[in-house]
Amino acid sequence: MWGRFVTRRLIQLIPVLLGVSFIVFFTMHLTPGDPIEHMLGQAGHVTQEQIEELRGHYGLDRPLVVQYGLFVGNAARGDFGLSYSHHGRAVASVVRERLPATLELTLFAFVMALVFAIPAGVIASLRPQGVFDRGATIGALLGISMPGFWLGIVLMIVFGLQRNWLPISGRIDLAVVPPARTGLYTLDALLSGNGAAFWSALKHMVLPGLAMAAPMAAMVMRMVRSSMIGVLAQDYVQFARAKGLPERTVVGKHALRNALIPTVNIVALQTGLLLSGNMIIETVFQYPGLGKLAVDAIGAADYPLVQAVVLIYAVSYVLLNVGADALHAVLDPRVRVA
Amino acid sequence: MSQAASEEEALESVAATTPGMVRLLLGNRVAVVAGVVVLAFLAMGLLAPALAPYEPSEQHAEAIRVAPFWQAGGGTRFLLGTDGLGRDLLSRIMYGARVSILLGVVVVLLTLVVGAGLGMVAGYFGGWFDAVMSRVVDTLLAFPFLIFALAIMAATGPNLVALVLALAFKGWVDFYRVARGDVLAAREADYVTAARGLGASTPHILMSEILPNILPPLIVLATLRMATIIIAEASLSFLGIGVPPRIPAWGTMVADGRADVASAWWIATLPGIAILLLVLAVNLFGEGLRDALDPRMRK
Amino acid sequence: MGEAVLGVRDLHTHFSTYRGVLRAVDGVSFELKRGETLALVGESGCGKSVTALSIMGLVRRPGRIVRGEVLFGGEDLLRKSQSEMRRVRGGRIGMVFQDPLSTLNPTFSVETQIVESLRIHGVAKGKEARERSIELLEAMGIPAARERMGAYPHELSGGMRQRVMIAIAVSCEPELLIADEPTTALDVTLQAQIMDLLAEIKEERGLSIALITHDLGIVSQFSDRAAVMYAGQVVEQGAVAELLEEPLHPYTQGLLRCVPRLGRADVALTPIEGSVPDMAALPPGCRFAPRCPKAWDRCRDELPEMREVKDDRFVRCHMYGEEESPMDEPEVV
Repeated sequence: MWGRFVTRRLIQLIPVLLGVSFIVFFTMHLTPGDPIEHMLGQAGHVTQEQIEELRGHYGLDRPLVVQYGLFVGNAARGDFGLSYSHHGRAVASVVRERLPATLELTLFAFVMALVFAIPAGVIASLRPQGVFDRGATIGALLGISMPGFWLGIVLMIVFGLQRNWLPISGRIDLAVVPPARTGLYTLDALLSGNGAAFWSALKHMVLPGLAMAAPMAAMVMRMVRSSMIGVLAQDYVQFARAKGLPERTVVGKHALRNALIPTVNIVALQTGLLLSGNMIIETVFQYPGLGKLAVDAIGAADYPLVQAVVLIYAVSYVLLNVGADALHAVLDPRVRVA
Repeated sequence: MSQAASEEEALESVAATTPGMVRLLLGNRVAVVAGVVVLAFLAMGLLAPALAPYEPSEQHAEAIRVAPFWQAGGGTRFLLGTDGLGRDLLSRIMYGARVSILLGVVVVLLTLVVGAGLGMVAGYFGGWFDAVMSRVVDTLLAFPFLIFALAIMAATGPNLVALVLALAFKGWVDFYRVARGDVLAAREADYVTAARGLGASTPHILMSEILPNILPPLIVLATLRMATIIIAEASLSFLGIGVPPRIPAWGTMVADGRADVASAWWIATLPGIAILLLVLAVNLFGEGLRDALDPRMRK
Repeated sequence: MGEAVLGVRDLHTHFSTYRGVLRAVDGVSFELKRGETLALVGESGCGKSVTALSIMGLVRRPGRIVRGEVLFGGEDLLRKSQSEMRRVRGGRIGMVFQDPLSTLNPTFSVETQIVESLRIHGVAKGKEARERSIELLEAMGIPAARERMGAYPHELSGGMRQRVMIAIAVSCEPELLIADEPTTALDVTLQAQIMDLLAEIKEERGLSIALITHDLGIVSQFSDRAAVMYAGQVVEQGAVAELLEEPLHPYTQGLLRCVPRLGRADVALTPIEGSVPDMAALPPGCRFAPRCPKAWDRCRDELPEMREVKDDRFVRCHMYGEEESPMDEPEVV
């Protein structure tokens, strides 16, 4: 049953990805700005022949439709062509190099957001309009009203510059980079038993992670709170109490499980926004991940690289939703039959 | 429990009338204060040429990175201090309100009209149009908005028209979904059947019968979307690909101050506070509006 | 009959709302004897469910038990700590709710929900708990009980769900079962089945039952004694046969006039005029006075006390007071 479900969702992914690639490809190619000129911008005088030669090298001399067809065909095999801005390296290898950094930071922010948001939402729901609830509600409103880049800078000023507690740029102290296995520095550090590297990598993620996690934590907290309030008024919660269960079990097991069902979708949606957010936050903190790569690639009109990154983001969006649907089914038996 | 239900009914019947709605909204102190703050920002932007102590781009070479008045080295000449080029931050923040609010309003109106229009058609007629639209919407939902906006803006260079399109590109989807769902429900409602029976034309039914009924949730959504758009615009401007640099914008100002965060924290921080205040006020007002228009969604 | 299992004395449970204090339960007293079924009867909103929740110690904010006693097994439950009450709830007192669909947790299997109850009260755990659960389900008349253990509430029919809920409520061998409108959400044929089941397990397990209902048909068939509630108070109490045959309180009389009786087509059904009073602004005198056809000045000014007018027959009405009523004999319906 699970196999069928996942397969079906993955097949549904194909038209979405085709649509995304189509839009990206044509906006990038139809808008003004010649990548070859961009590339040669600093090189001084170049002959027309050299330009034509480069066009041929990157396949830019073919008709657009052919280029698109080739792009889709190659992308399906994991070949995204050559990057214009990274000395002509293969896009796939540039992306592979940066992907783990973003994955690690996003995961960190994700966990941080949920670790704050779920307990806060639950506690707030137990006494609506109580002191904690009011505080959390105000905090959440600030969280969703704050631009991430500004929060990043404020965190940087307060904890990195005025107090020098935490690093404000990069991924890790370069002196302690652990041997690469997974590319996730914290994991690699643990695998090689290098405590210093682990701490360094973790400390580098705290500020950008916080800046990314804030809006997500705010939205998830609000959702958990409101659905918990609804669930706590349900008969089955009262029945659980009538069975003699301690309040801890009533709230943490019977109520929370039901309250998490509508929360899953918000979490998926917010994780998607987390991914977009990392473009800005990685830029603010000079964090060498996919987001910063994308911003730089756009600045350099590096089409192949931009296309690849957009597709990766799109795939992760869709996978997130597949994951959310699956989790939905795990939490809610009523969905399983449908 | 029955009390709660009747209380809700009472609220609903109050909210069903426009004066009742206004009364509920005015009874919500937070929403009123938030509304006043939004109006204050609007007035600040509109009256910036009269209120601002300096031209926003005027550079004071002798007064670079002056601290705000409450800090050592600050004074009354530049209340909120100056930036790295010696420009008065207060004046720039006042002018910055203009572009934020203008873009917010334009983008929200554009996405509201496009999204609600398409949503109403899809919801009322269904059929192939609805099927095609739902594919389009799926695709857009899978789309990382920011990177797309970045791509457009990077390709065209910072300019306001492209910025509006980039911000509107995905924004209409929310309106589409709300309008489609509500029309789907309204299509079978008695008042629509009655209008149809009386021989009303389809455009008339959509515009005069259905639209007024589905408008309240759309207005609430529009307000809350406005907050999102202001942040998105500031983010793009921060990355240097939003509002053209010659127009003072809050996101650009934060970016300008980044290089000086160690020595002059206020340059990057203060414009961000302006964004925070405006967005917070818009959000609070939107939530007050939602409570007044739709008491069932009360916390 | 024998000693009292449950004694509720002068129970007051109030809710503070923005409109003022709602006196949902306002001086309720009754006794439930061992082995009997006592019906708490009344219209919705009369405070019968709040009375049940008060006994269980499950009144939630903004509700609060203001005063009173709930005597159970020689102890006042209202004086017990939360952790002591947890042992009573589901252990010595089981409770069945109205709507089995909303009362069973939709996200847990039948097995999880029964076993949980057995485990928390230390009755059984592990494999033994599972076997016991199956026995319980079988005893509740659920066919293919073993297979049903893995089912989720939405996969069961309404009657099945109610049987599962009763199984959970009696799983830890309680002395007392509180059944709050146990059949209201079910259709008529199922109602009889579930009531028969309750009667059966009462006999088998030596249970006492507090049956909360608004259905006089169920009262007459399935209960030994009844307490009629109106606006947060018990207005009349006594053995069912007597109470239905010769109701004393005008409210009870009115209630009976609303019920069609088999073979009595000649008697016109007359609803009680007026409506239930606002619980936040109760009349100073008798709660029923504004609707009572027999009310006189005293009824509007002074709240009548509960009096024992005959052996085991209580009524809260000035007509049966020590002073003479302006009317002659109470009218018999």
